[in-house]
Amino acid sequence: MSAPTFLRRPNRVLSVYAILFLVALYFPILLIPLFSFNDSIYVRFPLEGFTTEWFGQLWDRQPVWDSLWASVKVGLPVSILSTTLGVLAARSITRDRVPGRSAVVTFIMLPLVIPTLIFGVALLALLSRLGVPLSLYTVAFGHLIVCLPFSVATLLPRFEGFDRSLEQASADLGENGWWTFWRVTFPLVMPGIVASLLLTFTISFDEFIMAFFLSGNETTLPIYLWTQLRFPQQFPSVLALASLLILFSLPLILIGMWISRLGLHENTTKGAKT
Amino acid sequence: MTQTSSIDPKVTSRPTRTSGRIARLLYRNEGLRGYLLMSPTLIILTVGVIIPFLILLVISFWTRAGVGFDTTPSLANYARVVNEPMFGILLGRSFWMSGIATVATIAICYPMAYFVAFHVHRNKMFWLILITLPFWISYLLRVFAWRVILGYEGVINSSLVWLGWIKAPLEFLLYSPTAVIITLTHAWAAFAILPLYVSLEKIDKSLLVAATDLGDGPVARFFRITLPLSMPGVIAASFLIFIPTTGDYITPALLGGPDGMMIGNLIQAQFGSINNWPMGATLSIILMLWIAAVALAFLYLTRLAQARIA
Amino acid sequence: MNGNDAYISIRNVSKFFGTFQAIDDVSLDIAGGEFFSLLGASGSGKTTLLSMLAGFEPATQGDIFIDGQSMDSVPPNHRPVNTVFQNYAIFPHLNVRDNIAYGLRKAQLPRAKRYEMVDEMLELIKLPGYGTRKAHELSGGQRQRIALARALILRPKVLLLDEPLGALDKQLREQMQLELRLLQRKVGITFVFVTHDQEEALALSDRIAVMQGGRVLQVDTPAGLYESPNSRAVASFIGNMNFFPGKLRRNGTAGAVVETEGLGSLRLPQAPNGQPDGARVQVALRPEKFDLSVTKPDDRPSVEGRLANAAYMGERSHFYIAIDGREEPVAVSAQNRLRFGAPPGSEGKLWLSWSADAVVVLDAE
Repeated sequence: MSAPTFLRRPNRVLSVYAILFLVALYFPILLIPLFSFNDSIYVRFPLEGFTTEWFGQLWDRQPVWDSLWASVKVGLPVSILSTTLGVLAARSITRDRVPGRSAVVTFIMLPLVIPTLIFGVALLALLSRLGVPLSLYTVAFGHLIVCLPFSVATLLPRFEGFDRSLEQASADLGENGWWTFWRVTFPLVMPGIVASLLLTFTISFDEFIMAFFLSGNETTLPIYLWTQLRFPQQFPSVLALASLLILFSLPLILIGMWISRLGLHENTTKGAKT
Repeated sequence: MTQTSSIDPKVTSRPTRTSGRIARLLYRNEGLRGYLLMSPTLIILTVGVIIPFLILLVISFWTRAGVGFDTTPSLANYARVVNEPMFGILLGRSFWMSGIATVATIAICYPMAYFVAFHVHRNKMFWLILITLPFWISYLLRVFAWRVILGYEGVINSSLVWLGWIKAPLEFLLYSPTAVIITLTHAWAAFAILPLYVSLEKIDKSLLVAATDLGDGPVARFFRITLPLSMPGVIAASFLIFIPTTGDYITPALLGGPDGMMIGNLIQAQFGSINNWPMGATLSIILMLWIAAVALAFLYLTRLAQARIA
Repeated sequence: MNGNDAYISIRNVSKFFGTFQAIDDVSLDIAGGEFFSLLGASGSGKTTLLSMLAGFEPATQGDIFIDGQSMDSVPPNHRPVNTVFQNYAIFPHLNVRDNIAYGLRKAQLPRAKRYEMVDEMLELIKLPGYGTRKAHELSGGQRQRIALARALILRPKVLLLDEPLGALDKQLREQMQLELRLLQRKVGITFVFVTHDQEEALALSDRIAVMQGGRVLQVDTPAGLYESPNSRAVASFIGNMNFFPGKLRRNGTAGAVVETEGLGSLRLPQAPNGQPDGARVQVALRPEKFDLSVTKPDDRPSVEGRLANAAYMGERSHFYIAIDGREEPVAVSAQNRLRFGAPPGSEGKLWLSWSADAVVVLDAE
């Protein structure tokens, strides 16, 4: 970094602000695990005592296991499918001179901005018109729409980050498109693929709105949690479940984000290191 | 090197077997090749986005008849939205609440983005991950957390009572527009940081040096250089928050109460308990039109901002 | 050369990107074993032409033949050519050995044989023992050699080189030029070399095609291009050139005279073809074709001038001589043979002379 010293001078007010910002950002989320160990059915200060009773209650509940299994059944195929489609789309967006490319990118990214609620009711209308019964399949389809932009957004920098001439070199050395993909493209975008798999699985696992509109009899974990919110006496176990969800997603997200940014700047191979 | 062509892979594999028609077409036409690769994604998005929207549009011109629909096209639903004040009030409140949440989020996030862009020199990636991490935690849980805080017997009320500062819990905290706005601001902060950070990071540091050299102090420099140059980021962040929050469902449902209801809740109710799908479709279409209008306005603003700084 | 021994034959090739025409009806013949350069400024179309030879871009119109085979719709992986890329395109996830052996997969050789071939190539490019180095541990010059080895191991009939020396510093570049030329002689492969550096092209090539705006302006040997450019564009792209506008006067069948602004009447040893009597032409003379002297030489054409400016360049000096009838001073280049001594004519007047056969006559622009 070559910014001159007077610009880099630490600013105490801003530093304090940054700390406060982070505290405010994390404090509400950290309350969930805190209260999930509190020995009271009321969420209030002062804390009463330490207990793991609420987690024990969850363990014994069959619906929790069922919805967990449902979430996994939806999340795994969704993450694999959306990552595969994302790889194809990101490749063609970055490599081929496609007419109307920016319009296509905007179209793919739409679900990132437009409220999921609208997508949910629109899909619901389509499915009911077609007479398709609501099930985990319909939830997965909804999640695919939500996850695709994240896959593409994670993979695009990977494809942009390595030089087009590497693939040309492979073709030049006699490999066809298939082998070029497996010998050059795939190893180089691998971190993006792993990150996309982790992030889209987490998104699907945590997604509420699509599942809310498109679920049949089997429900995913967030829907189960939502239904339990109606019962005040269940509040502690909801907290416990929420803690587990956070605990489960956080490492996936952290690894995903770390991998997705890893080496983006080293791997570009633009020009030689001299 | 001698020409022992027995190990020449190029020559041995060169018979023109690829000159099949399709391979030939794909080799010559890059656009076609690109669209072929994108086609699965585009097909899924067509089936999952475009067709549903068209159906929604059609349904919005139907009316409810008993348990079914009267499929004669009519503008009855749109007329109701115009004539019955309830819809207008709800729409207006949605825009107003998400507008405030947007402004609050930008105001709170800008200094943080500024800090990371200008005052973090090592481990920028660590800071960025730290800030954006909460955004990836389930939205439902982030909203739920605020119910824990703002609840009638929640963290704030119970703490204040415990400390003896108030006698009875404050009731306005939960189930109010304020609760919704606070929650929306918190929930989208991590999302707003990124465009702000990117636009600040992009600013050429030598411009700041030049401004200082020409006599500007830190404050003048900020308002004359940094802020105008980061406007594209501010506009992008506003757009990315304003649009999704306008149609939010979870936050008002969990924290809004009757006064904090937003348009999303009404749409959900039309498809759920009220069971008037045509009305729900109409409201969705109106929301979409609103989003399109806002998007165009933001696009115009971005062009304007970029034209000024380019 | 005649068209029969053309190894690569480019026939009326055009390339459009959308509405932009990158290549405009180019036809070229390149002989087997030739070191052929495509020389031009950026945007001249030279790299696009190379991409079409490699097969990365299909031609919009026309066809390319290599060894008599039409390359129309033949993808890069089925063409008998290999490329050394401008940035070398060394695979960052593979070590040196796997980079060089990349194209050998289809030959299905036993590993020992493959490694043996790689070691041979490493020997050839003077990097023995580098097989297990990682891509990011290599310097620019090493990358360049490995890119060469990776292409040459497949024994292509044609090697395409896209500004392969552009990323290297001056000293290394000169060393690599020499090595490249020696290597090409050794392996006897046709080299098609893209560069914007005229000195590099002159030093390396058997023949050069000068390109501008998607067209080939002239194809000739280095000396042919330098001494007999066919247009002002070629003349000024390669080396420096003084231009003198003038009028052609034909007298009979034998000779011709050009009446120039500045140099007076120039008698041409042989009349140029094409231009009629009275045609507007321009006379071109290289700076080093002039001699400066204090007295008027009697055996060669000369004009009187005055030193306007001088620049000392080390091995040579550039003098700028003001002459009557011409606004712009004439550039003259002279070798600094003497270690000490004032430049000629620094006192004031001097004589500018040249030999009659150094004169090039070009069409007026």
